[in-house]
This record gives sequence, structure tokens and C-alpha cells, in this order.
Amino acid sequence: MGEIDTKVNLLGIELDNPIIPASGTFGFGYEFNDLYDINILGTFSWKGTTKEPRYGNATPRIAETPSGMLNAVGLQNPGVEKVVTVEAEKLAKVFHKKVMANVSGFSIEEYVEVCEKVSKLDMVGWIELNVSCPNVHGGGLAFGTDPENIKAVVREVKKVINKPLIVKLSPNVTNIVEMAKAAEEAGADAVSLINTLLGMRINLKTGKPLLANTTGGLSGPAVFPVAVRCVYQVAHAVNIPVIGMGGVSSAEDVLEMMMAGATAVQVGAANLVNPYACKEIIEDLPRVMEKYGIKSLKDIIGGRK
Amino acid sequence: MKRSIFKVQSNIALTKDVYKMVLVGDTSGITNCGQFVNILLDGLYLRRPISVNDYDEETLTLIYKVVGVGTEKMKFMEEGTSLDVLTGLGNGYNLSKAGDHPLLIGGGVGVPPLYNLAKKLIKEGKKVSVILGFNKKEEVFAEDSFKELGCEVAVTTVDGSYGVKGFVTNALPESYSYFYTCGPEPMLKAVYNSTTTSGEFSFEERMGCGFGACMGCTCKTLYGHKRICKDGPVLTKEEIVWEK
Repeated sequence: MGEIDTKVNLLGIELDNPIIPASGTFGFGYEFNDLYDINILGTFSWKGTTKEPRYGNATPRIAETPSGMLNAVGLQNPGVEKVVTVEAEKLAKVFHKKVMANVSGFSIEEYVEVCEKVSKLDMVGWIELNVSCPNVHGGGLAFGTDPENIKAVVREVKKVINKPLIVKLSPNVTNIVEMAKAAEEAGADAVSLINTLLGMRINLKTGKPLLANTTGGLSGPAVFPVAVRCVYQVAHAVNIPVIGMGGVSSAEDVLEMMMAGATAVQVGAANLVNPYACKEIIEDLPRVMEKYGIKSLKDIIGGRK
Repeated sequence: MKRSIFKVQSNIALTKDVYKMVLVGDTSGITNCGQFVNILLDGLYLRRPISVNDYDEETLTLIYKVVGVGTEKMKFMEEGTSLDVLTGLGNGYNLSKAGDHPLLIGGGVGVPPLYNLAKKLIKEGKKVSVILGFNKKEEVFAEDSFKELGCEVAVTTVDGSYGVKGFVTNALPESYSYFYTCGPEPMLKAVYNSTTTSGEFSFEERMGCGFGACMGCTCKTLYGHKRICKDGPVLTKEEIVWEK
């Protein structure tokens, strides 16, 4: 077998491989550079950024689940001003590729303001609009569960940015395809999915929820089949690229997600259990591609030809 | 931080539900006392953070209390079992602040991380006083190991069945140069209010990753938001904000 090609093209930017650490599992990247050279990544999606600094929810914010975890961090971040100065500067010292800027908000005005600011950064290659965070009240998911809200926020954001816009969708809806179509219609350049599934657990000793926030977002291998199904349905319904995520933990999972229709693949919870997860997946990709007789990853997006 | 495979050398009960596990492997990731390790356990998704009781070039000693499914699994581990462990997590204690007569205050399962600290302080020629707090006599452990190091040890039990009756704060010495403490939060608060010098507190929190990525264990301090796993678990008296 000849040369193995792991490259994919994400909205005009070529990625060395489709592997993208998902927002909220990789901080602003530079701390992971102490563990391995993060330039081996396709790119990564930075920690969800809001207009104001946010502490997030009370602790406990994390709970174990069968084959996964719940989190209710609540968009802790230093706020866009600090992100585009302090965090971006630290990242620029170690990361020489385009980064995906994840943005969240509590009103259309906030989304617009934050997107406009991060769009001006040279290092930002794409903006990922989080309209699907289940852990904040009155924002995030409130936009992602109504197609009209998605359209409104996408239209306004598109007016002020000069970077491709990726809309991150929630599985906590009746029909995720409808949300993806709304994003496409309003001018989104791509969609990414799935964000976490809303869940909860109860402490048997106290009879109270394990999470201070009562509910949290489920991620990890438990959600992988749900994510594959959502990616498959959406990829068949829209004409814009789909970024697949949800429980991806191995090179095999990456191939499966791409065959479902993903152009690139985000890895989330796996980074928290194994800080070297993305590095190991990237190193393992050529071997697994060879095993299944795949020469180029571009050839398997949406299924084997 | 380092990720490596350790092998269980021994795993014995110290009390009804406190166990001592000695692991053999590469400990070079551990850079300070007061740090913790994060252990991957079969059948569980998230790693389990456990404080380091002691370590040398090739062994790592953990003393843990069985409190949930993770530690319940650990208690049954036999000699030779392999474990995937992240070592060298967290900041640990600052030894340079100790002064001539440091005081170490541990409560229950907060006692173990003070052991390696005591060892290092004794080695530096300090006079080390230790207060170990438990609920009752049957729960007391580690008294002898601190005495063997040459520490002056006081034990308190809430019900008075052993040592001084009451809490660790009932056994505070008249004078000390600095203190280091680890234990349940109500105890830490009492120590905060009863101590007369500066000192350091080791905190516990539910963690996702244990190395600073997920923001699952954040707390508020006077100097901004800190991650217990990466910016802690040790915070100084001057920066603590009590919330709960």
C-alpha cells in the first residue's frame, strides 16, 4: 500500500489530520504543550469564551457515569478581553496552526460582540458557535433548541466576522436535523455535533443530586452511538461540512465518525482520562487506516466509496 | 506529570476501612510532597485521585479510605496487579516556609499526605509537631510512623476513646513557626480560625481530569479562580475564601 494520507480540508484550511480536541477539554492548549507538541493536532477548539469572565457553577461539577461522565462546569472562562490578549498570547508561543475559537453567550448581542473580537485574531481559523451548552441558564442551549433562534444568532454573527462559522449543535432536541438545516439556511459554514446529553445522578447516601447544578452534560464512550447517528442524519440532510464528536476515544472511532459523514472529528472526554489521547489517536491512525485498506481519509467522508 | 504503569507490591488494612497500598514503578514524575496521583481503575471511566503518603525512587505508598466504588475496587487489589497512574499532580507543600518548628495537622484520611512532608522536614533538622485527629480509637492510624520519624505526636479523638478528647484544635501547641494541614473542610476551617501563624491547607474536590484541563474542581481564592488539581491542592492561609 502506498502513502497513507490523513489530511482533510476544513472550510478552506488543510488539516494534517482530522483530530481536534473538543472545547472544554483542552483549555487554551498551551498547558497540554508541556505534555506533547500540540502542533501534531489538526487543530483544537479552545475553551468556550463569553463576553464577561465566568466562574462557572458551584462544585461538585463532575460525576462518574457508566462509560462516561457528567460535567456541569458552566462555561468557566476568563472573558473575551483576557482570552484575546493573555490566553491567545500564551498559545501563540507554542501553537503555530490556526485555532478554532469556541464562543458562547447569553444574548445575540453578546455572541456578536465576542465573535467580532476573536475574529480579529490572526491565529483564529474558524469560529465555533456554542448554542448548545446545557449547563448555563438563560443562554447557550436556549438558542440551540429553537431553529428560529439559531437562524437569528447565526445571521447576526455572520455580519461581523471574516472567518468561517461552525455552529455547535445540541442533541437535546426533538430533531437535530431541523437545527442543522436552520444553521445552514442562516449562513453557517459548517456544523459540529454533538454537545453533551443532559443527564443527572443522585447520591444514594444523601438522596440529593451528585452535581451542585443538579443536571449536567453526559459525555464519553456512552454517547458515541448517539453521536454517530446524529452525524449520519445531519450529514445526509445538509450540504455544509459536519464535524463529528461525542465519545470518540480511538482511531477506529474516528474512522466510524468520518464514515457517518464527518469531515473532521473532535475528541473530548477522552482527553480528561488520558492526557495523551489525541496524540495516541493521531499516531495510531495510519495503522488503523492500513488495516482497513484506507489510503486517504478524504475518501471515507460519508462512507466508503 | 507523568503517566506510567505501576505494580501493586502490597495492599493491607490499617483500620476497618483505611488501607495502605505500596506500588512499584517510575516515581520520577513526583516533584514535591503534598502532590497526588490519579489512578485508572478497571470498569470506571474517570481516574481516582489519591494523595501520596510516601515515595522513593521506585516505590509509591498510598493510604486511602474506602468511601466509594473506586476505593472499594482498590481494596481488593492483589500483589502484582498493574495500574495506569498519572503521577506528580498538583503543587504540593512549600517547605521553605516551615521555620524551625513546623506544626502538621491531619484529620482522618487527611493524615497520609503529611507523612512525606514530615520526613523531609525532619531531614532538614526541624522540630516537627504533629496533631492527628480521628473520630474514635478504632480509626487511629499512622501515629507510630510519625513517632518513628522523630516527630512529637498528639492524637485527638472526638469521643475521647484515645488521646486528647475533642478536635485537633484542642491539641494545638503554645508555639510553632508555621503549619501544614489536610483534612475534612470543617476541620480546615477550625484550623484556619484557631491558628496564630501563617500556614498551608490541602483541599479535596471532585475532579474530572486531575491535571487542569476540565475546570471541574475550581475554587475561588483572593487571587482569582484556582483549580484544586493544578493550582492546588495546597492553598496558603492568606488566599483562602471559605464558601460553603
